[in-house]
Amino acid sequence: MSTPELLTPPASPPAGHGDLALKDNVLVTNVDDFINWCRRSAVWPLTFGLACCAIEMMAVASTKFDIDRFGSGPFRGTPRQADLMIVAGTVTHKMAPRVQRLWEQMAEPKYCIAMGACTIGGGPYWKYGYHVVKGVDLVIPVDVHVVGCPPRPEALLEGIFKIRELMKREKLLDRTRSYARRATYTGEGNAAHPAP
Amino acid sequence: MAEKLTLDQVAARLTERFPGKVARGGEGEAGDPWWKVDAGALLDVVRFLRDELDFHGLQCISGVCYGAGKPLASVYHLDSYAHGCSICLHVEFTDRDNARVASLTPLFSAADWHEREAFDLLGIVYEGHPNLVRILCAEDWVGHPLRKDYVIPKEYHGIRNDL
Repeated sequence: MSTPELLTPPASPPAGHGDLALKDNVLVTNVDDFINWCRRSAVWPLTFGLACCAIEMMAVASTKFDIDRFGSGPFRGTPRQADLMIVAGTVTHKMAPRVQRLWEQMAEPKYCIAMGACTIGGGPYWKYGYHVVKGVDLVIPVDVHVVGCPPRPEALLEGIFKIRELMKREKLLDRTRSYARRATYTGEGNAAHPAP
Repeated sequence: MAEKLTLDQVAARLTERFPGKVARGGEGEAGDPWWKVDAGALLDVVRFLRDELDFHGLQCISGVCYGAGKPLASVYHLDSYAHGCSICLHVEFTDRDNARVASLTPLFSAADWHEREAFDLLGIVYEGHPNLVRILCAEDWVGHPLRKDYVIPKEYHGIRNDL
């Protein structure tokens, strides 16, 4: 059996080999684009579901919708390794400090999706739900709101695409966005929701 | 237990054993009759039902608020496989700020969390309960939310609640 010609190693490197290697293997870009590309290709969410929206979040991770296609498959078990918090479900006053603690434990840059009606604004508990936080943005800063009750899995995927678009705009040297966001929860209200 | 009793026969045994402490309450909207029990006699009544009338299952304990300024009630559903029936007991508290009744935890361990829930949401105090603390609301919650005169707080730990 003869070795196919194409796989035969050349006796010596052809002329101009160095230039070819440069052309095929080196890519010129800028740091922001490169880091943002890496970052948005692997947006790892925190494993964390509060109510029925979490069922749809699990559907997104299953084969039919397959979040793995977009690099967001590894749901992390610790906030230290997560880039994205998907708040999937009703946030009660009892749970709110825990959500806030998890958010604080995530490393910058971090992003948050508020998934579903309860998380966005209290949902059906808006008026008479004594125990439900009327929107998780009263507790942590939210980047993308995904509407629905619960949202379709495709809607959550779309939310993750929106996060990826936000990530495209990150600047390595510009930390103001992150620092500004961190100040949202002070216990004394914020610009959007002043204290009573 | 040799003979199989109907619910009315069970009730007759109860009223015979605890005269003046157990009274027919009404039919209930869904058709299930219920019996009013004197708060002081509850533990003895339930012990009698469990030990002598074969009511071995405590289905649930629930709390009721009949309206602002109206009585509270603690409701017990007890099951008997031997007789194939269940009996519903009400303990009513006209003094809402002093709703106290003996805990059923010495008789049924299942009573534990049910009583904690009724305490948490309606403020009924179950005397003798080993751990009567809130089960659903946060530990430092103020008030009992399922009372009809409950006022939803304006904020909780700095998070607005009146939007």
